[in-house]
Amino acid sequence: MGLESLLKGDGFITTTVDAIAAWARKSSVWPMPMGISCCAIEMMAAGDPKYDIARFGSEVMRFTPRQCDLMIVAGTVTYKMAPVVRKIYDQMPDPKWVIAMGACTASGGIYRTYSVVQGIDQFLPVDLYVAGCPPRPDNLLNALIQIQDKIGRTKVSDFKNSKLPDLNVIQNN
Amino acid sequence: MDIRELVPKKLKEQFNEIDFEVSEYLDELTIKLPKEHIVKVCEFLKKDSDLEFLLCQDLTAIDWAKRKNRFTVVYHIYSFKNNFRLRLKADVDESDPAADKADCSIDSVTSVWKGANWQERETYDMYGIIFNNHPDLRRMYMPEDFEYYPLRKDFPLMGIPGSIPLPKK
Repeated sequence: MGLESLLKGDGFITTTVDAIAAWARKSSVWPMPMGISCCAIEMMAAGDPKYDIARFGSEVMRFTPRQCDLMIVAGTVTYKMAPVVRKIYDQMPDPKWVIAMGACTASGGIYRTYSVVQGIDQFLPVDLYVAGCPPRPDNLLNALIQIQDKIGRTKVSDFKNSKLPDLNVIQNN
Repeated sequence: MDIRELVPKKLKEQFNEIDFEVSEYLDELTIKLPKEHIVKVCEFLKKDSDLEFLLCQDLTAIDWAKRKNRFTVVYHIYSFKNNFRLRLKADVDESDPAADKADCSIDSVTSVWKGANWQERETYDMYGIIFNNHPDLRRMYMPEDFEYYPLRKDFPLMGIPGSIPLPKK
């Protein structure tokens, strides 16, 4: 069948902690679907049977930030929405990654106006930008694969100083 | 009698002291009136059994920038009974305490149509026109501590830098 058929007797493998932790992390990235506008429709399409984000281990879209590793910001972020996006990001436990999906999140897109944040990197650390207005689901899947590559290169020690979310900040905000 | 003639006729009979400006364009009737009388005229238009303008479809404003009466508040009301839309207009001047000019306000029509509540809030949010006697005149879209009015002609398209704080990175 699988790997076990290659093993003779009691099988074991040797690896490093870094390698197996990174492999485990990148193989089940749980996304936080921060679907704010039309890009969210394409993000949902990436979850349907045709594109099937489950092939990459990311089918569990969690609607609570506390169970997520990856925030997909899909849509136009206004100045009024920015504190909300940031608050949800702050509630995600480390380690965490951010995909800025679509033109609006990267640069404000067509909304060159007073009410739209001209790029979410003004208040969030973005790992990957996805081009398109909106990007096709395959484009999002490509971004997910690239994020997985990035996660695969991490070491356990990279996150040794990471903290749990500061709950007081969240309550007072 | 055609509704287009009936509305101005009834208004002139009822309020002969008010100076109505009636105009018609593309089959749409527009009546302009001084802002002090807006509530009683609206109430009459709604209550009168021949007219029955029961629905306030839209309420917004126009900024004429350099004109003497800077703003015009526009009401679009609808009569189900006559299947007829009517546009009301009232001029509002800009407030300028230094020049001792009248304040930038008009009476609220929420006492006539409750649905005007949010539309008046939106107009206040975007143009800074105060609606007197409004039950809850808060900003609609912009943050509550925002100090400017975005749809005024002198507001820059990209906004005032730093006027809306972003979360820290």
